[in-house]
Amino acid sequence: MSQKERIIGGVANYVDERTGAAKWLNKNLKKVFPDHWSFMLGEVALYSFVILLLTGTFLTFWFDPSQRDVIYNGSYQPLQNVQMSAAYASTLHISFDVRGGLLMRQIHHWAALLFMASIIAHLLRVFFTGAFRKPREANWLIGVGLVTLGIVEGFLGYSLPDDLLSGTGIRIAEAILQAIPVVGSYIAFFAFGGAFPGHVFIPRIYTVHVLLLPGAFLALITIHLMLVWYQKHTQYPGPGRTEKNVVGYPLMPVYMAKAGGFFGIVFGVTAFLGAVASINPIWLYGPYTPGQISAGSQPDFYMGWLDGLVRMSPPLETHAFGHTISWNILIPGLIVPGILFTGMALYPFIESYISGDKREHHLLDRPRNVPNRTALGAMSLTFMMVTLINGGNDLIATHFHMSINQIMWMSRIGVFVLPPLAFVITKRICLSLQRADRDLVLHGRETGRLVMLPHGEFVEVHEPISPEKAWTLTSHIQPQALTNVTEDANGVAKPKAIRNKLRARMSAANAEQAPAATLTEAKELESGHH
Amino acid sequence: MTPFSRVSKYRRHKFAGPVLVVAALLTIGSAFSIASALPSATKMTSAATTTQIAEGKKIFAAGCSSCHGLNLEGGSIAPSLIGVGAAAVDFQVGTGRMPMADMSQQAQRKRPVYNAEQTAALAAYVASLAPGPSAVDGASLNYERDGNTAQGGELFRTNCAMCHNFAAQGGALSQGKYAPTLMGVEPKYIYEAMITGPQSMPKFSDKTITPAEKLSIIKWIKAAQTEPAIGGATTGRVGPVTEGLLAWLLGLGSLIGIAVWLATKAR
Amino acid sequence: MSNNLEKFSDPGLPEHIHRKADSDARAEKKAERQVAILFLLSAAGTILAIGSYIFMPQDVVIFIPIMGNQNAAQLGLGIGIAMATFFLGMGAVHWAKTLMPDSEVTAERHTLRSEEVDREDFVATVKEQGGAAGLGRRTLIKRSLGLAGGLAALTPLVMLRDLGPQPKKQLNTTSWEKGTRLVTDPGDRPIKPSDLEVGAVAQVLPALKTGEERTLENIGKDAVLLIRLNPVDFNLDSQRLSWTHDGIIAFSKICSHMGCAVALYEQQTKHLLCPCHQSTFDVTRAAKVIFGPSARPLPQLAITVDSEGYLIAQQPFTEPIGPSFWERNSA
Repeated sequence: MSQKERIIGGVANYVDERTGAAKWLNKNLKKVFPDHWSFMLGEVALYSFVILLLTGTFLTFWFDPSQRDVIYNGSYQPLQNVQMSAAYASTLHISFDVRGGLLMRQIHHWAALLFMASIIAHLLRVFFTGAFRKPREANWLIGVGLVTLGIVEGFLGYSLPDDLLSGTGIRIAEAILQAIPVVGSYIAFFAFGGAFPGHVFIPRIYTVHVLLLPGAFLALITIHLMLVWYQKHTQYPGPGRTEKNVVGYPLMPVYMAKAGGFFGIVFGVTAFLGAVASINPIWLYGPYTPGQISAGSQPDFYMGWLDGLVRMSPPLETHAFGHTISWNILIPGLIVPGILFTGMALYPFIESYISGDKREHHLLDRPRNVPNRTALGAMSLTFMMVTLINGGNDLIATHFHMSINQIMWMSRIGVFVLPPLAFVITKRICLSLQRADRDLVLHGRETGRLVMLPHGEFVEVHEPISPEKAWTLTSHIQPQALTNVTEDANGVAKPKAIRNKLRARMSAANAEQAPAATLTEAKELESGHH
Repeated sequence: MTPFSRVSKYRRHKFAGPVLVVAALLTIGSAFSIASALPSATKMTSAATTTQIAEGKKIFAAGCSSCHGLNLEGGSIAPSLIGVGAAAVDFQVGTGRMPMADMSQQAQRKRPVYNAEQTAALAAYVASLAPGPSAVDGASLNYERDGNTAQGGELFRTNCAMCHNFAAQGGALSQGKYAPTLMGVEPKYIYEAMITGPQSMPKFSDKTITPAEKLSIIKWIKAAQTEPAIGGATTGRVGPVTEGLLAWLLGLGSLIGIAVWLATKAR
Repeated sequence: MSNNLEKFSDPGLPEHIHRKADSDARAEKKAERQVAILFLLSAAGTILAIGSYIFMPQDVVIFIPIMGNQNAAQLGLGIGIAMATFFLGMGAVHWAKTLMPDSEVTAERHTLRSEEVDREDFVATVKEQGGAAGLGRRTLIKRSLGLAGGLAALTPLVMLRDLGPQPKKQLNTTSWEKGTRLVTDPGDRPIKPSDLEVGAVAQVLPALKTGEERTLENIGKDAVLLIRLNPVDFNLDSQRLSWTHDGIIAFSKICSHMGCAVALYEQQTKHLLCPCHQSTFDVTRAAKVIFGPSARPLPQLAITVDSEGYLIAQQPFTEPIGPSFWERNSA
């Protein structure tokens, strides 16, 4: 045995005698992970989270989360002798007087944007491929929890420096709290320790941002990953891949190297952005005071859709019996988002109710093979895009020489008209793609070569596709519509008639598809050709 | 020799198409620029004030009266110029906003039609009909010496940022109007805009924002303009919208590209 | 009919395609060199980062094409860290792709559902040992436990009471009283009507009483916008007209929608625009909302002049300023 082997053996023995880790490690080092780029979106989110923890910890060593008034005396001349909160002053200190401070601030903020963007991309991948189906519903719920907490964490994070832009955002958050019926003014006064802006909000959200939410993230992400580990990752359909296996590469060494390497890559790209692209230049915004405002004030992108919803809301308030209810705030700020996120959370259960599918699924769907779900996803995305665009309507107006009033009206109408349109168009496209797949399997690939037959007809030569591709294009589950039995054996009408009828109709719509090509049909065609 | 041998061997070159398209675009574009270039205004020799006023009256009658009226009384499409003062004329004509090129929501800054002498003549003429704020001499604005950058920033954020944005990049008003960017604007035009309140902009009287405070504002704007971009290239200084776009396109985009490479088999 | 159709069958994992480095020793060496170069680039990045941190002065500016003038220390540190991490990662990935075994491995998925015998055992355990607690039949214990647990959960909630004061009348009052002078923001200078021309605006706050300090909470309620129009432009009832003075009209600057500062005055249209959600208010009609999500006009402050000719408030605001709340009587 070499020296190295003896040392490693000694360490392994030490650990195993105390934990019995050898068996568990042996099994898990051989664990197989499927390899596809779309499975790495969640990894971007995970690594961004680590980067946030590292850069965030750095920042906490200099940041002062206090709203007490100070007179600025640092090196940034245009703010000399200006009165500001200690939080803002300490952020200026980090940006101008701590070496690497501005870099760390910028990497932290870019990582936060990448965190949210990759979570959303990962969510879309999971949704469109049906990875949320049994047995992974719990992981979907955890994911919805993570994206919601992410939005809050990001908002609190960029509000910590107490600058004019983020302070305006806090003002709007306070208005939403205040608008809640019956208890709103109390909640607002409790949250802010009195009238807005108060002196306690920044220190309080600091605790939430630095301790409570990161703790929640660590717990949720750990469970999220443990579930993926234990239930094994899903995989795309293909030759050799079944519901009963996992095809890919083992953890050691390939997956470790690729996933670990990808961490370095994500860090590198984020650090690059932090080095070359300025983000959140709080020294230009100035310290927050409720008497000032900047044109073009927006939240970060992951809240842009909320801002867009609030902007396009009609001016509805109820003034009755000495009380006021602000529907123009409650509907876009709380009710619609609540409905959206609840719907999103419940979706796996809704879909399994409609389809009646209670089986375990480990093979992913190709989006075209589930036209209803894909169309629903496109509809939701369209809604988000319309609201997001409206959130930036003033910047779009100045940039493209349009009128904010026009854009607002386009959004008000578009948010109702465009999503259903997107649904219909997407569903039709999916069905067409299914038909195209069917044609490809039955007739083969068009080669572009023309051949003249003896009797003078020109035909295009079609090349039959490989058996691997044929399998990939035909192996998907084809949903069947649920039959609605309205009466039992004795002719007695079954209860829940309307609900069952609705369910039957929805499952029929869900089952609409172009049937997959079969070997029998292919053979028939072939014998017909020759 | 067959007729076809005289055809250039480059006709069938694979780059022939694109090169021809580029050449055609350049030719058409240059021809258009040349054809649409404004004729250079004739130079004027400096003259005494009364001649100036007379010249101004002539220029006004030719270039401005069709909208503003021969007696500056204004009309349905243009406001009255009685009392706007030389400052307003110097600003509007000097920045090329007037004469207005198209009857859209707002006069845009463009290449001035009239040169400095003609502008001064117009200003003298308009000022002669009714008193108003006089034009500002740029050289007299000693904002570096007399202004305070930090105070200018405070004043800017309270009085100007709501229209022009926190970094003076400009912002949207209603119905397609806008507050333009202040980057690169000459100090005297900034000053004149504050005192004359052009188009949608309100007036900022010398009592509510003193002349010294106005100089501080200008000093801050210039400082913001020349400040080195310490955090890297700016994303337009318009806030989170461009930052979010960059995060998705450059950030996530490049990471997805690398992920695709990562998952493909090596050769 | 579908039952008779034969489906395509799974042809199994495709044949493994060998990489160049698997068989060609020169290709293998080349891949190794490439990985090494990537790791060396990472090392160079670290040297650049640490070197910039220690040796580059903080005020050196370098010009980069497209980006303009940049701070050299920050750029060096950032690019260095980016290189260090990025190429470390790229090296690991390239190593995995070209040199590590790339045969696809198949592993079995075990059914997640437990075996029947395990499930039965589990049910038996819970019944037997859980039943030993006797919660089902010991109702006294069950109920008293419920009481204890429920009450215990209340204490942490109750202890949050001192997070903040009750709002009481705070949302209804501002610092404006009868006779309070209007002063400039910033500057605290009192204002005479002659200080404003037609078409001018002024940012205004209430004059401080002696010894008083102005807090952000004050500003958040007291900020007022003063606008001067030609009196003929007003379209107001007689009471609101009496709240103006010689064409000068004052509104709360805090938006009645969600509290942003509404200071964007369009002189030609005489509209106030809030940049947050684009609520638009018509100044000539007492800040009536003409576009956007705000449901109420901006509260108007009644103004007049005092004996020395300075602008003062006639009375406090007649309604709460700022965003709405449940207790607000907006009728």
